[in-house]
Amino acid sequence: MKRLSLYSSIVLLGCLTALAQAPGPPERAGVARSGVEGGGELRFCLRSEPKTFNPLLVEDEASETVRYLTGGVLVRVNRVTLKAQPELATDWKVSEGGKRIRFRLREGLKYSDGTPFSAADVAYTMQQLMDPALHSSTGDAFRSGEGKLATQVISPNVVEISFPAPVANLVNLFDTVAILSAKSPQKEMAVLGPFYVAERKAGSFLILKRNPYYWKKDAAGKQLPYLDSVRLDIEQNPEIEAMRFKRGEVHLINTVSPAIFEKLSADSISVRDAGASTDTEQLWFNQVPSAPIPAYKKAWFSSTNFRRAVSEAINRADLARIVFRGHAVPAVGVVSPSNTAWFNTGLKPHPYDTASALHRLQQDGFRLQGDTLRDQSGNAVEFSIVTNAGNRAREAMATMIQQDLRKIGIRVNVVTLDFNSLLERMTQSFNYEACILGFQNVDLDPNGQMAVWLSDSDNHQWNPRQKSPATAWEAEIDKLMKAQAASGDEHKRKQYWDRVQQIVWEQEPFIYLINKDALVAISPVVKNAQPSAFRPQTFWNVDNLKVELPTQAQVR
Amino acid sequence: MKTVRIIAIAVLLLTAGAVLFANYLAPAGYEQQFRELPQAGPSAHHPLGTDDLGRDRWARLLYGMRVSLTLAPLAALLTTFLAGLVGGLAGYFGGWTERCSKLLIDFVLSIPWLFLLITVRAVLPLNISPQASVTVTFILLGLLGWAASARVICSGAKDLMKSEFVWMARASGFSGMKLIRLHLLPNLRGALLAQFWISIPVFIIAEANLGALGLGVSEPLPSLGSLLRELQDALTLRPEPWRLLPLAVLIVVISSFQVLLNKGLLNKQEVRA
Repeated sequence: MKRLSLYSSIVLLGCLTALAQAPGPPERAGVARSGVEGGGELRFCLRSEPKTFNPLLVEDEASETVRYLTGGVLVRVNRVTLKAQPELATDWKVSEGGKRIRFRLREGLKYSDGTPFSAADVAYTMQQLMDPALHSSTGDAFRSGEGKLATQVISPNVVEISFPAPVANLVNLFDTVAILSAKSPQKEMAVLGPFYVAERKAGSFLILKRNPYYWKKDAAGKQLPYLDSVRLDIEQNPEIEAMRFKRGEVHLINTVSPAIFEKLSADSISVRDAGASTDTEQLWFNQVPSAPIPAYKKAWFSSTNFRRAVSEAINRADLARIVFRGHAVPAVGVVSPSNTAWFNTGLKPHPYDTASALHRLQQDGFRLQGDTLRDQSGNAVEFSIVTNAGNRAREAMATMIQQDLRKIGIRVNVVTLDFNSLLERMTQSFNYEACILGFQNVDLDPNGQMAVWLSDSDNHQWNPRQKSPATAWEAEIDKLMKAQAASGDEHKRKQYWDRVQQIVWEQEPFIYLINKDALVAISPVVKNAQPSAFRPQTFWNVDNLKVELPTQAQVR
Repeated sequence: MKTVRIIAIAVLLLTAGAVLFANYLAPAGYEQQFRELPQAGPSAHHPLGTDDLGRDRWARLLYGMRVSLTLAPLAALLTTFLAGLVGGLAGYFGGWTERCSKLLIDFVLSIPWLFLLITVRAVLPLNISPQASVTVTFILLGLLGWAASARVICSGAKDLMKSEFVWMARASGFSGMKLIRLHLLPNLRGALLAQFWISIPVFIIAEANLGALGLGVSEPLPSLGSLLRELQDALTLRPEPWRLLPLAVLIVVISSFQVLLNKGLLNKQEVRA
């Protein structure tokens, strides 16, 4: 009983202490320093401790942030134009349809510890990245066929990399490859990016200092970055993060929830809606043949008419308006409309049409008896939707879908599970009926989705690890995905990917619900910010950011 | 103190009335979504406004209280019964029965109940109704909450077994159920009642905690726990103080229980004195 009481007190108090936890008053020390030296210190929060500082092993968002801020890359994808821009490489040439790439590198560059940079470092990094023993997910994107990668240092400033098979979207993939030093005693801590990790307190903060050897200069010839340092506080609670933002203790929030966005917006605090993001939220039915669910339910879930009827009975506009407070758009399919390069503009969101939904169900022998939908055998149509506990947007969407589907006689039970249990059901026991989850699509290229769409893949969620495609349309998707990955012709790739989007739209193995907007908060003290819908939304141009705190006189 | 007690009784009666007549007092069903009015403020149609999905907060509060204030006493009854059974038997028989019982009590106390509840929730069938799911949650709370109370009961029973009137009863030929029914249970009643009353608010809060973790009552059924989850949005609370009402109700109801419990204990001490 004591245990219960103690825990009860702790959690109840948790809500209230959230109000009080955020430390300290607005930074007066910062005001005193204002604008006197350099570009100031930029502060924002990470949701968790970075799991690694090795840029080749990055998988989590916190490590990705550190890699972005510290790693020097050969090319960088501009988050506004979505074009590759030269960084460490001045130019490049792709040959043999994407099998080979030659980079010309900038001369006279140095790592943050003073070690010189050369083509040998690029070769070393690529060899490390593609070492199967490293299990690098960044490296997986380059694996297009059997065989080894070959690197050739042609001169100190020219390097050529050859892959066993053509790699689609090859240039843009180098946006995530931070070049390591082959010689530096500091190993991966020696960096070519704008900042280096100077101080770290586990579970609390990271301080990144300006790299004194950073190569980039502005138009006036001043060395970049403008900022002196970046402080990354580790803060899991978005409410506390928002309060600290209000107090001026942090300057950026990369992902703001719609509720916090509305609140900050009402308080006239600088928040911006950068438009639809590439993230998707989707509902899918379990179609695994060996799943421990009744056979008649498997028959429902594998019926295209059933899936499309459910899709048409969902009011996506309401989901966007109510759950995301208008900061989302009804989803069309696998690609967000914001991904202008790859979105199939011929597709439109599925309409909300209960009459059409019932018509489709009737085609499959379903009939409405009273307020209950029954299948041909008389089974009442009822299923459960699982989602991860604690994600309130998904829980709210499930609850709204529950009410929407009630209108066509379908009963839905909403079940929230802790993430590990959910994952176990999704990937091991397959003991679930329908699930709502989302994908964060960091890579805009269709190649980034190979693991989802190939039928033998682990992430082919509705029916993973198939020995051979279960349906003709899955076989066609397999063929198209492989064809686009092997092609060096961007026009053809777009055609293949458009067809995949069309099939997915027709078959709806994933019932795409909405595309969330990228909501960000940027303090007015941050200058030169250009928020983008693509990660990292607020600090993608960190080289050019400045923090100009108000002077004492302005404060008065 | 008398006024406070009267207020406490009035609060509990009012709450019980509201819970019983929720169907008549609520302006709409707890699950009905008024999608044109999400996050609306108080109005004639929605006295406490609507929640994020446009559901009437007043209706959800009434039905939420019904769930929590019906199931929590039932779980408290279960836990008191188990505590009385295990603690009473241990105290009555002593010896190895007592040692085994204490081992069992220590074992139950050492179980990380939160993880157990999460695990049990994860292995429950997915297609059970929210009502069944919340009932299972409270039954689990009842099954797990008895151990500390059992120690108190065991200690009380042992004291009683050493008392003169029990010696005399035994000398007069009383044993077994007759001794328990006529001498032990009446004298343990105070302790058992105290455990019962203490357990009710504890279980309400425990369910609220599970709700705060997203593992309590399934949608769309409300409970005090699920209503308290809305208070997690600390930043958005300030302009909508009416959203604090579920927390206020919880505190007032628990405090009322506490007032009556204190009075009961005082009375008992006076009687003993």
